[in-house]
Amino acid sequence: MSEKIIFTRTEGLKPAATTYCPGCGHGVAHRILAEAVAEAKALERTVAVAPVGCAVYGYDYWNFDTTEAAHGRTPAVATAIKRVLPDRLVICYQGDGDMASIGMAEIVHAANRGEKFTVIFINNANYGMTGGQMAPTTLIGQKTATTPYGRTSEEAGYPMKMAEFLAQLPGVKYAARGALHKPGLIRTAKSYIKRAFEIQEAKAGFSIVELLSICPANWGLSPLESVQKLEELMLPIYPLGLIKDEGPKKEGA
Amino acid sequence: MPAHFRVKVDPNLCKSCELCIAVCPKKIMVISDQKNDLGFRLALCTDHSACTGCMACALVCPDVAIEIIRTE
Repeated sequence: MSEKIIFTRTEGLKPAATTYCPGCGHGVAHRILAEAVAEAKALERTVAVAPVGCAVYGYDYWNFDTTEAAHGRTPAVATAIKRVLPDRLVICYQGDGDMASIGMAEIVHAANRGEKFTVIFINNANYGMTGGQMAPTTLIGQKTATTPYGRTSEEAGYPMKMAEFLAQLPGVKYAARGALHKPGLIRTAKSYIKRAFEIQEAKAGFSIVELLSICPANWGLSPLESVQKLEELMLPIYPLGLIKDEGPKKEGA
Repeated sequence: MPAHFRVKVDPNLCKSCELCIAVCPKKIMVISDQKNDLGFRLALCTDHSACTGCMACALVCPDVAIEIIRTE
């Protein structure tokens, strides 16, 4: 009789319970990010920059150095860290309100400068922590705290496709979109993060991985209903897959 | 002897979101009556002999509350 643990908590995560609502996608995003860092053997030389939003307590959950930035200014702080300490693995972790609204200027210019860090962008189609207001990623017709009759394009424009939008810039060498609601998609999302780290380590340029996530508490649904809604409504607007990979070829590829 | 699998749910981390129940291909995960300190009812594997060790439950768990052990 031999016993082997085939799945356990990665050393990239602290043994702490999160403050996230039941079913929240941040938990899975944190895990695959922490696993990717641990598998890159980079726990001791990683600096993450946490956003303002639900993931603001990132430093309590990740077992690597994490700092905090003013709302939306995560890419500006990461730019400074990466330029001063170019041998570190620098990660921006941002939500959609943080990145696509308040921090739009910072992210676009950091991407355009081709700053050599990796952005993990959590798209749950609303502002989570502040109570489910409309974000630039909110879907047309989606009811939120600030669009009680549903978002209309006349009033508030269209859902912002950040991964495709940033992928147009020459400084961006890697852009991909994954999702966090099914085991297979979670594995794929993790492979995107690992490839983004390779691009960063090769000093090729800016890399972004967008992750579609559920927000059951603010969508007013159970976690299982939220998964269904994500499949039905978000996937047609935000197609999954690799958008751009201009990094150096993989070894053996 | 064929391999056996055991699904261990950390009672301090589980938040009763039920995502593991929906993805389990063998439908052996349930929500039990046992509550943790946060007031959430814990997920539980009812039939370890049916578990194939596919890890789907552990992969979707947002709270990384699930550990899977293989015995042979």
